[in-house]
Amino acid sequence: MTPIPGPASGGGNGPPAVRLVGVSRTFGEVRALDGVSLEIRDGEFFSLLGPSGSGKTTCLRLVAGFDRPTAGTIELHGVSAAGLPPYDRDVNTVFQDYALFPHMSVAENVAYGLRVRKVPRDERARRVREALDLVRLPGVGDRRPAALSGGQRQRVALARALVNHPRVLLLDEPLGALDLKLRQEMQVELKALQRRVGITFVHVTHDQEEALAMSDRLAVFRDGRVEQVGSPAEVYEEPASAFVADFVGTSNFLAGEAAAALTGSPAPITVRPEKLRLLEAGASLPGDSCGGPGTVSDVVYLGVLTRYRVEMDAGAALAVVEQNRDTTSAEALSARGRRVLVAWPRVHGRPLREGP
Amino acid sequence: MPSEATRPRDRPRAPLALELAVGAVLVFLHAPFAVILLYCFTTEDASFRFPPPGLTLDWFAVAWGREDVWAALGLSLRVAAAATVLALVLGTLAAAAVHRSRFFGREALSLLLVLPIALPGIVSGIALRSALGLLEVPFSPLTIVIGHTTFCVVVVYNNVLARLRRTARSQVEASMDLGAAGPETFRFVVLPHLATALLAGGMLAFALSFDEIIVTTFTSGQQETLPIWIFNQLTRPRQRPVTNVVAVFVVLATSLPVLLAHRLTREDAGR
Amino acid sequence: MSSLRSLSTFLHRRPRLALGLLLLPPVLWLGVVYLGSLGALLLQSFFHLDGFTGQVVRRLGLATYRDLLAPAHLDIARRTVAMAALVTLTAILLAFPLAYYAARYASPRARALLTLAVVMPLWSSYLVRVYFWKLILAREGILAWAFARLGLSGVLEGLLALPGIGGPSLSVSPIGTYLAFVYVWLPYMILPIQAALERIPPSLLEASADLGARPGATFRRVVLPLALPGVAAGSIFTFSLTLGDFVVPGALGDSSLYIGQAVLAYQGTAGNVPLAAAFTVIPMAVMALYLWGAKRLGAFDAL
Repeated sequence: MTPIPGPASGGGNGPPAVRLVGVSRTFGEVRALDGVSLEIRDGEFFSLLGPSGSGKTTCLRLVAGFDRPTAGTIELHGVSAAGLPPYDRDVNTVFQDYALFPHMSVAENVAYGLRVRKVPRDERARRVREALDLVRLPGVGDRRPAALSGGQRQRVALARALVNHPRVLLLDEPLGALDLKLRQEMQVELKALQRRVGITFVHVTHDQEEALAMSDRLAVFRDGRVEQVGSPAEVYEEPASAFVADFVGTSNFLAGEAAAALTGSPAPITVRPEKLRLLEAGASLPGDSCGGPGTVSDVVYLGVLTRYRVEMDAGAALAVVEQNRDTTSAEALSARGRRVLVAWPRVHGRPLREGP
Repeated sequence: MPSEATRPRDRPRAPLALELAVGAVLVFLHAPFAVILLYCFTTEDASFRFPPPGLTLDWFAVAWGREDVWAALGLSLRVAAAATVLALVLGTLAAAAVHRSRFFGREALSLLLVLPIALPGIVSGIALRSALGLLEVPFSPLTIVIGHTTFCVVVVYNNVLARLRRTARSQVEASMDLGAAGPETFRFVVLPHLATALLAGGMLAFALSFDEIIVTTFTSGQQETLPIWIFNQLTRPRQRPVTNVVAVFVVLATSLPVLLAHRLTREDAGR
Repeated sequence: MSSLRSLSTFLHRRPRLALGLLLLPPVLWLGVVYLGSLGALLLQSFFHLDGFTGQVVRRLGLATYRDLLAPAHLDIARRTVAMAALVTLTAILLAFPLAYYAARYASPRARALLTLAVVMPLWSSYLVRVYFWKLILAREGILAWAFARLGLSGVLEGLLALPGIGGPSLSVSPIGTYLAFVYVWLPYMILPIQAALERIPPSLLEASADLGARPGATFRRVVLPLALPGVAAGSIFTFSLTLGDFVVPGALGDSSLYIGQAVLAYQGTAGNVPLAAAFTVIPMAVMALYLWGAKRLGAFDAL
């Protein structure tokens, strides 16, 4: 199937696919969005990540046109979207509940957008077939949505949106209703699909792992504001705030006396658990490392890795994650109560601007 | 309560006294119809003697030949049809408005839409009559329709609103997202969702109107709908079995749409 | 078609205008026609009928209400309210077993059938159902026949001889009126009570038993209070419907009038619309009071 013409992912010349400037949306007393500014580049896979109520879905709905901002402007490919109803925007949405029309067959669902735009019947049928092939669901055209599984319905929703060749595709927590294995498969598929089709995907999720796996860039939302925008690597390795550090992955926070005892300085820092190592109790710290002695208070064995909680003598509790490359479960679990030395390379302690 | 139905627990047996009471109440509710059905066949003119002196099919033919019965039936049908159509339009508009947005006076409107059924029929009836009198509008089938529409709207409104509440908002949004503006969205997506609710509401409204006596008494002049015809017959012992036949016919005619409406909205009741 | 689309966009940008257009027809109808006529009715009750000319005098005053307080009229009001109360109580007593059975013991299929069995008579023509009783209660009708067969004719005669509630025949007496009222309104009582009972989670009853209460106590302390909103909701129907009715007393009553009949009589040939209007204020006032009380009891949650 011929890919939709468009710039390669990750950038392009020309106006951004979506641009928000100072966008706010208040509902009575509640500020769902507060002065959000974002640029989403043409052809990239962009995620809006954040906990429930952080404003990411509101943001998506504003881009789609289901809602209007109380302040600020929204531009789609350089053109203001103010006053444009959803049916006049070159944007399509995949809804969280898929929103398939129950009284129509799969083929009729997928053809809906084409039919509304009066595309002739033969071309409609051809494009529906192509779209269903694209999402790897050939031959279900005659069935009703009720007869499909959750995963299949999600693909139909995708097909229904993509068949219209929109310039931007919005996905509202599309994988939320799927079980773990299916979700992981779909993450890979969606990413591959986006590369093949080449259009801008804007994806809302609360699952940070999903955002990290699929996005070219992501924005972390909190309480209606954007805390950080960047590539997955940037956001993970250089979190802009304690919130980002703790929401994207888990993190340890050290400040004050404990920080001083372990790092030599009382300035607050954050360290990822996988960067910490458990050494023998009496060992000495390796060169250019921070750390100190402590007692293992809890062990959680997770098959691939083990999570340890260590009560440091210096007064803080640190979470340590180690891969079980050479450790058996018995060895891991026996660590409970053991005296250890926790160490990490100094460079992995990132300074923070504020406390958690 | 769905969980109760799926849980494999033993349903306790009801005490015998309770089952007998239930049976008695059910008999109380349904036996009268059986009695009237029997009286359709009696040979006695005044038709209330029990046991009936003899059985015959003649009365059905007599009823068939009665001009006044046909006239009353025709009027009832015409009025019910008109009131139903008006109620469908008005009720759907109101339900759509109440469902879509919160607006000043929404609570008041909901209350207003309950009043025609909540207030005793006599109040509605005489209110309409005095209004018509003040405006010096002569009584006619139109005034009957006005009276009937007023309470038929309530039934349609409730049915449509319940269905709208059960319809995910994302359906309309998806349609608009895919390029359909208001009218197309209504035609292709909303209407199919509403179809059975409209049908059920319409049938209930039809049955209500067809059966209505109290408000009709006040909003009609010389016109006789079928219930008014029956009412006038109540105090006339002449040719009672004809009234019985008409009565049986009315019961069947109004029960069937209601039965269908019940089946159509079964899912809405949360089974 | 494209002009329809631009109209659609025009309205999309002005949600309040769209709302207003949606609301205009129903509000016009109900607000103006219905509320307006209710207002006109209330207004009429403050006019009065000039005894000499027989014309309605369109001047505000309380003459009609004073007329309403005449003993004969008060009798009518008392009689109607008493009947309404009696019918309501009887309906509750008859409805409860069926509602309880349907909610607690019936399988889902049986429950659906029972509900259907209750709803069908409700919709199958109220007038005809009143008519049924005219025939059943007649002097030589089936009920009298049944009494005779059981050797209880004497009891029947005794009942009919009672002043105030008896009459020449069951079909022309307050007893007959009462029976017919209960019969026609019973489904209106069963449905809300059943709904309220169905809403009681079985775990509550189990908890009550677990804490030591015997079935009677559980019924008294747990089921009844929780069913009360349903009872209140049902009684709103039976009370309101009885207060305004003229068909049942007209068909089965003796010469003593009920409010509904008084209204019909006064606004008809007597031409005394103000008095008829004043009479309708009684059921409205009673119902307003009743509704307020029922709302306090939480009846509207059951609807």
